Amino acid sequence: MTSEPPTSAQADGRRHVVVVGGGMVAQRFVEALRARDTAGEWRVSLFAEEPRKPYDRVGLTRYFEVRDAEELTLGDPALWDDPLVELHRDCKVVAIDREARTVTDRLGTVHAYDELVLATGSNAARPPIPGNDLPGVFVYRTIDDVAELRGWVEAKREANTVETRGGVVEKPVRGAVIGGGLLGLEAAGALKALGAQATVIEFGTHLMGVQVDLGGGQALKRLINDKGIAVRAETATKEMKPHRRTGHVGRMDFADGGRLDVDVVVMATGVRPRDELAREAGLAIGERGGAVVDLTCRTEDPHVWAIGEVACIEGRCIGLVAPGNTMAEVVVDQLLGGEAEFPGADTATKLKLSGVDVASFGDAHGRTEDCIEIVWADPTAGVYKKLVMSDDAKTLLGGVFVGDAAPYASLRPMLGAELPGDPAAFLLPEGGGAPDLELPDEANVCSCNNVSAGAIRGAVTEHDCTSVGDVKSCTRAGTTCGACLPLVKKITETEMAKAGIEVSTALCEHFEMSRAQLFDAVRVADLHSFTEIIERFGVVPDGASSPGRGCDICKPVVASILASQGNGHILAGEQAALQDTNDHMLANMQKDGTYSVVPRMPGGEVTPEGLIVVGQVAKDFGLYTKITGGQRIDMFGARVEQLPEIWKRLVDAGFESGHAYGKSLRTVKSCVGSTWCRYGVQDSVGMAVELELRYRGLRSPHKLKLGVSGCARECAEARGKDVGVIATDKGWNVYVGGNGGQTPKHAQLLAEDLSTDELLRAIDRFLMLYIRTADRLQRTAPWVEEYEGGLDAIREVILEDSLGICADLDAAMDRHVEAYEDEWKAVLEDPEKLARFGSFVNAPTTPDPALAYVAERGQKRPATAEEIAAGPDGPVDPSLTGPVLVAGATLEVRA
Amino acid sequence: MSAVTDTPTISTDMEAPVSVADQGTAPVSRWVAVCRLDALVPERGAAALLERGDGSTVQVAVYRLLDDTVWAVQQLDPYSGANVMSRGIVGSRGEEPTVASPIYKQVFALATGACLESGGKTPKPGLGVHLESFAAEVRNGVVHVGLA
Repeated sequence: MTSEPPTSAQADGRRHVVVVGGGMVAQRFVEALRARDTAGEWRVSLFAEEPRKPYDRVGLTRYFEVRDAEELTLGDPALWDDPLVELHRDCKVVAIDREARTVTDRLGTVHAYDELVLATGSNAARPPIPGNDLPGVFVYRTIDDVAELRGWVEAKREANTVETRGGVVEKPVRGAVIGGGLLGLEAAGALKALGAQATVIEFGTHLMGVQVDLGGGQALKRLINDKGIAVRAETATKEMKPHRRTGHVGRMDFADGGRLDVDVVVMATGVRPRDELAREAGLAIGERGGAVVDLTCRTEDPHVWAIGEVACIEGRCIGLVAPGNTMAEVVVDQLLGGEAEFPGADTATKLKLSGVDVASFGDAHGRTEDCIEIVWADPTAGVYKKLVMSDDAKTLLGGVFVGDAAPYASLRPMLGAELPGDPAAFLLPEGGGAPDLELPDEANVCSCNNVSAGAIRGAVTEHDCTSVGDVKSCTRAGTTCGACLPLVKKITETEMAKAGIEVSTALCEHFEMSRAQLFDAVRVADLHSFTEIIERFGVVPDGASSPGRGCDICKPVVASILASQGNGHILAGEQAALQDTNDHMLANMQKDGTYSVVPRMPGGEVTPEGLIVVGQVAKDFGLYTKITGGQRIDMFGARVEQLPEIWKRLVDAGFESGHAYGKSLRTVKSCVGSTWCRYGVQDSVGMAVELELRYRGLRSPHKLKLGVSGCARECAEARGKDVGVIATDKGWNVYVGGNGGQTPKHAQLLAEDLSTDELLRAIDRFLMLYIRTADRLQRTAPWVEEYEGGLDAIREVILEDSLGICADLDAAMDRHVEAYEDEWKAVLEDPEKLARFGSFVNAPTTPDPALAYVAERGQKRPATAEEIAAGPDGPVDPSLTGPVLVAGATLEVRA
Repeated sequence: MSAVTDTPTISTDMEAPVSVADQGTAPVSRWVAVCRLDALVPERGAAALLERGDGSTVQVAVYRLLDDTVWAVQQLDPYSGANVMSRGIVGSRGEEPTVASPIYKQVFALATGACLESGGKTPKPGLGVHLESFAAEVRNGVVHVGLA
């Protein structure tokens, strides 16, 4: 047994706080302590039982979508690199010695503490139903629980798939969830997402009984049924029985005599505080468990504190993250000499099940004496909304929202305050003309991170934040569950308007409009040249009679807008002067001023004959070759005057421009799919080729990359693309808004199990909407995030035509597909355009004399300044630089 | 540096061109014919390989604007060390005609070669912040550049 020095007074004089538990609240404690203890009085050690960093348990269901535990990691990862923070993962604390002020971890190591914080959270309860330990019965609490559940359902699906003479038949996997609360509904949603059936078994009269009243529960049941989830209320489970042959859970028997055949059961009936350590250490335990603490979160031992679900505060344990975070802040304040106390729990909740809006706050059940309930119910639309008001109908006491939680974000912070005007107005659809709420500064806007309206206003007025993004990073508002973001946005914008801060969306000094506004203006005014556009919409500088000439910002934007609207060849007429050098030379400029050349290889497919041509061209012109990330071949070091000859060879061999130079579709990456792969369920290469040929040449605000995977193994890494398509046994799932690069993002699910036609239309509309409304150089991921209403709103626009523009978007894409021509072939056929590819206007075939190359790994690369300075005796190889003699009868030989 | 067209009716509409002396540019010792004006695309540049009096060569970027004025600056982009300035986008900052480097997007005044926006970058070792500018004019439909 090893041991640290018995007293923890370190040589550096810092005190030591030990945190037991690695959940969200523990993470918040460490984060808050390091943020506020600027003098470095404390060092903190955190002991986590799970082998990972603290993660977002509230977002657990997202794990089915992201499938990557790292994505759920909370906060700034740099926190764990702080020298005053020590994270012990997979290192459960097994004993506390309060007298010695030490804890012992599972390895037997003893650690001294000055202060001890218990944040052990709770366990999923396994109700004492016979059969609760059968294989196939799960709880829903940790990433491991969720991963096991997923593995089980996937294995069952495989076992249920049988080949018959009629084809492959899959018998559905039957799932059940015991418990119709928040967690139970999320678990049921997860079962559906995994491709299983789901039935929710609720003992009480209705779903979410803690948060929602009976009327709301009935509306909720209809919405849940619409999701394909069955509900049995007022049902007690008597026993779970094993399957005769497998021994796995196979049947549920209910107290009312009913029964249900099942392949998987999730128990989500509640949680039980993990207070074993506190019990064994002799601390007081609450009636229903939990370490008893006072309002400062201190236990009866002055050096031991408890926060989060394990703390029994005001006589109860609270199973929500927001009050736990508040407790963490209280203890940090106390340790730093403050006098903060727990202000009472904010038990507001919002269900995060896609497509089902449920939220409640305050006295949702109307238990306050003489309170008034105001209800708006529309059973056909599946909407139920209720406000609980004081007896004079002025003060807001609580609310329930089912089917339309829009009013939740703005009303919740008004809890306990007087509402202006008729409260019923807040329940009408679209606000019904309810007065705009001016929240008091102290109103709590983000309950997860305890951020008040005043703090958000301060971020704008005192910390110079000018966007929701700034405010999020400054205050942390909206960074946990995100439910308050609409309100954060509204407050931020109102405050900025008040402070006279105008956020300029102007493109540059020549145009006051944003790219999206200019796109619409050009489209509506039906303009086709830069001169017309800048004369009509350009800014006329003070004292001048006409607008300026444009610049390197607005010219390429206008070029892209014109190209997206179908304006002929990008080098035709005046448009040629608008193009960036890459578009102007139809090649990618490299650091020495030469270009790289990329022929299109749709879906990454290329014939041996094609490969030979590419190899021969590279060899003849002395080009450096490399395979790109987009499954094609890049040839570097081509000089301006060589581009037409190179492309003539490529076009003659059947290649066309790969648009590697454009803010346009680049490639559609694919795996080999069902035509060769043992696991593929669809022809992913065929689909990738179809998509690449459909969208080739499509100009957009930024480059676009697509990917297609032939099965859920996702070998094409399609979710790292702007549009990712993943084959299912029923069709195609489509994900949008992913990218690699500097800030990698996984694409999010837009729609499932589409037919090929439906898939094409969905992508058509997504891309066209993006092209029309995104900012300059804005990739799809931030565009989706900043689109009013986010991905849900985009889904409504393109799948449900909520704006009535789908026909227009479709027509625009049809025009693009119709009008496509190979840009390089057109240049080769046009002597005027071809004439621009000379090296010097007075010596069009003379290479740039400054170019110099050295050999490396069997190919050439640009010489460095030092290598060039070394002179003729240095490493520079003249044979790699000079004009390359090209063999072949059809090409002129250049001296 | 002067910018004069061969069409008097246009040049009289313009503001008086800035004189060579004002710019501190060395006096022109030698005018070199580069190309016909119509070989240049309006609002774009082209590179030219010119010979100085001493027999050395210099790469110059020549631009033709919408009003058919012509301008010339060094072809070497000091921020990348590559000979690319002719391939940048032409535009204006206020009334000032400009060109942006196609590599790292610094913006230079066509009239003086002065760097107006460096984008926080510094030039390659041994190269200046600004571009050298050259006198340019059109005589009988032919673009001429003046070398020191």
